[in-house]
Amino acid sequence: MDLLFLSRLQFGLTIAFHYIYPPMSIGLGLILVVMEALWLRTGRELYHRMAHFWTKIFGLTFALGVATGIVMEFQFGTNWAAYSRFVGDVFGSALAAEGIFAFFLESGFLAVLLFGWDKVSRRTHFLATCAVAFGATFSALWIVVANSWQQTPAGFHIVGEGASARAEVTDFWAVVFNPSSMDRLSHVLCGAWQAGAFLVLSVSAYYLLRRRHEEFARASIKIALPVAVLTSMLQLVTGHGSAITVAKYQPAKLAAYEAHYPQSAPGTLWLFGLPDTEGERVRFGLGLPGMLSFLIHGNTTTPVTGLRAFPPQDRPPVKVVFQSYHVMVVLGMALIGISLLGLLGWWRGFLFRSRWLLWAFVFAVLGPQFANQLGWLSAEVGRQPWIVYGLLRTPDGLSRVVTAGMVLTSLILFTLVYLLLLVLFLFLLDRKIKHGPDDLEPRTGGQRA
Amino acid sequence: MSLDLNTIWFLLVGVLFTGYAILDGFDLGVGTLHLFSKTDTDRRTLINAIGPVWDGNEVWLVTGGGALFAAFPHVYATVFSGFYLAMILLLFALIFRAVAIEFRSKQPMAWWRHAWDLSFFGGSTLGALLIGVALGNLAWGVPLRADGEFAGSFWTLLKPYPLLTGITTVALFAMHGAIYLGLKTEGALQERIRGWTRPAIIVFVICYAATTVATLLCVPHMTDRIREQPALFLVALVGMLAIANIPREVHHGRDFRAFLSSAAVIVSLLALFGLGMFPNLVYSNPQPAHSWNIHNAASSPRTLRNMLIIAAIGVPLVVTYTVSIYWIFRGKVKLDASSY
Ligand code: HDD
Ligand code: HEM
Ligand code: HEM
Repeated sequence: MDLLFLSRLQFGLTIAFHYIYPPMSIGLGLILVVMEALWLRTGRELYHRMAHFWTKIFGLTFALGVATGIVMEFQFGTNWAAYSRFVGDVFGSALAAEGIFAFFLESGFLAVLLFGWDKVSRRTHFLATCAVAFGATFSALWIVVANSWQQTPAGFHIVGEGASARAEVTDFWAVVFNPSSMDRLSHVLCGAWQAGAFLVLSVSAYYLLRRRHEEFARASIKIALPVAVLTSMLQLVTGHGSAITVAKYQPAKLAAYEAHYPQSAPGTLWLFGLPDTEGERVRFGLGLPGMLSFLIHGNTTTPVTGLRAFPPQDRPPVKVVFQSYHVMVVLGMALIGISLLGLLGWWRGFLFRSRWLLWAFVFAVLGPQFANQLGWLSAEVGRQPWIVYGLLRTPDGLSRVVTAGMVLTSLILFTLVYLLLLVLFLFLLDRKIKHGPDDLEPRTGGQRA
Repeated sequence: MSLDLNTIWFLLVGVLFTGYAILDGFDLGVGTLHLFSKTDTDRRTLINAIGPVWDGNEVWLVTGGGALFAAFPHVYATVFSGFYLAMILLLFALIFRAVAIEFRSKQPMAWWRHAWDLSFFGGSTLGALLIGVALGNLAWGVPLRADGEFAGSFWTLLKPYPLLTGITTVALFAMHGAIYLGLKTEGALQERIRGWTRPAIIVFVICYAATTVATLLCVPHMTDRIREQPALFLVALVGMLAIANIPREVHHGRDFRAFLSSAAVIVSLLALFGLGMFPNLVYSNPQPAHSWNIHNAASSPRTLRNMLIIAAIGVPLVVTYTVSIYWIFRGKVKLDASSY
């Protein structure tokens, strides 16, 4: 196995594992803010119990996010040293800004959120929760900006030649607002909010099915469901926006999303299918001819650049990208469907009684998780063979002094340790959910002596 | 030393790593001492003494790494890829430390808690050791190729001098951690911790003396600047006075002052390290011409300037949060329902 393959596998594996947790933290953060705001306004003990319970789950997802995030911070240097030299001038600032502006905020106030219930007033606790939620969102901002820059570079010039060439910033704001960053940020944030909302829905639906903590569960659903409906619908809008940006700036990637080969012809939108890279077509599929053109250009006849416009060495791996992209979209549609059904059930009064709907919500938590992972898989594999789009090829980004044997060693260790962490995370999450919310001593006043 | 942008970033990166050493230093030290406490309540108390702050402390490392990446990308790339296996080990140490704190008290089973206690101890101690070994290697110098890439292997890093600085770092953090615990505990547990502080100080002083002698004899280039400008010897002197002050403050039960003194020791040691290295960031030994310094390793002036603006906005905020969190969680630890 070669160094390139192993390093890509390791990076993909470790970031995918990291990305299990932050979306839940970002999403739960938002919901915690709502819960505590309600507690502050109404003074109802129920909201206090809710905030308390979900804070504990938040603490768990956060801890794993932290433990796995630090790996990502170092991995650019360990495995992608040549890439780090190339992008450091542009990209490093975003990482440093993330640390200064986001991580300090979240990790500091997390302490108040988790351990400060009896130490600070309710209002201060609420402010701390806001700070943590804001910090988590802010960290998504910087890292997505950095990643978007390598998808659609802007605001830089190239200095030096050959192996010593590197990108230098010419315009900081053009780097931050590069063509894809805001589309992708909004899409990533909606995906994270979905992850949080569906987690709350899943656990609450489970309690209702088990006839435990029913008042608690119903109230939690009433907070999470509107978030789920709103963000699921927005996901369609922001995803559509991303697709248009991709069509404009990364045409080879878009062509791979829909396995669109003709150099210049109206594009078909596939509902499903099997791309055949030899025959350069899609088999066993159901396609809507012209729909791809319609979605991108607003009419069914405008041609869309296809993969044949690119020499084979410049095309991304079509099969993986096609499938992961399509499953994400299907999951997105399914999540819109189920959240709307939940809304209908709330309105018509069958939401809390319909067992099959509640069971559907119990499992729907997997939807955002898989869609988030598959979305990144499409976006990142679809960027290949470039590590910085159009500027630096992935093999040229590798560390020059690291050997395949070293990466194999670390890859095996990461796989084992991360499997262990995943099992432990699920075990502790399950215990916490089974244990349920605690009965707290009522708190009426502010600070307790 | 004129204060150009590159020098400012040398200092700022130094400040971030010093902040890390002072703050996460006591967390790592608490981890090293953890196994000396015997009962479950004691162990929980120790973990909760750092409970609310350890994550924020680790962010100093994360931000230091980010700042190094942004300001001196070649150093970030050369050191992290060159020290590959050591870096991966450090990552595992930090992972195991983090999850041990989070997981340990979540289940009552004795085996579960013992396993995480070991993981907390191992992660913290290995972390401190590796950080010290890395600094020792940078001081000694590492072989670099003409293109600036690391030319050694994992074994190159295990010379006696870096191992000595590694052990010294473990001892320093253990002493720092013991003093911090004295500040955060009370009653019988505090008495027991007082019992560890003294040996911890003695072990550190021995290591410190050995490292100083070894540096003077074997790594003379680290002291060149002080020899040229004897006034700088003051930095070393402050460190020595601070060390001497620690037992005095501990003896009088003035834990906070003892803590400030051990923080001063850390500042002085890292300042000496910085003075020895400057203007190099990665010193190439045997071929000094291949070294990475604050000029050939740096980002463009524009980025350094942008980052300075980011730092000017960010650092006051960070200091404000840090101070308010430490203020909210001041005083002795008490275990309650929301503790780890
Ligand atoms: C700021 C940078 C950044 C960010 C935020 C992400 N990635 Fe990434 N990713 C990279 C920077 C990067 C990279 C360093 O540039 C890699 C390494 C090799 C490559 O081509 O790009 C990469 C590769 C890479 C690969 C391997 C692709 C291939 O080799 O074909 C996968 C599967 C992912 N990433 C997945 C993710 C996921 C699930 C993310 C969400 C959290 C994510 N990435 C965020
Ligand atoms: C390669 C890219 C990434 C790097 C280098 C990275 C780095 C890190 C680091 C170092 C931490 C720990 C901070 C601490 O100690 O408090 C962390 C946590 C976190 N990261 Fe990442 N990260 C990456 C990708 C992402 C992405 C794509 C997102 C979200 C869109 C994200 C969101 C978060 C959040 C919210 C946390 C806090 C912990 C949590 O909520 O679980 N990160 N990350
Ligand atoms: C509803 C239909 C959806 C559409 C049309 C859509 C569209 C897209 C497109 C075009 C991209 C690629 C952007 C790029 O390559 O830069 C993308 C990426 C992504 N998608 Fe979706 N998406 C949908 C649903 C979802 C859902 C439900 C989730 C998660 C809950 C999700 C999570 C992601 C993520 C995390 C990425 C990678 C980050 C990015 O590039 O923005 N998507 N999506």
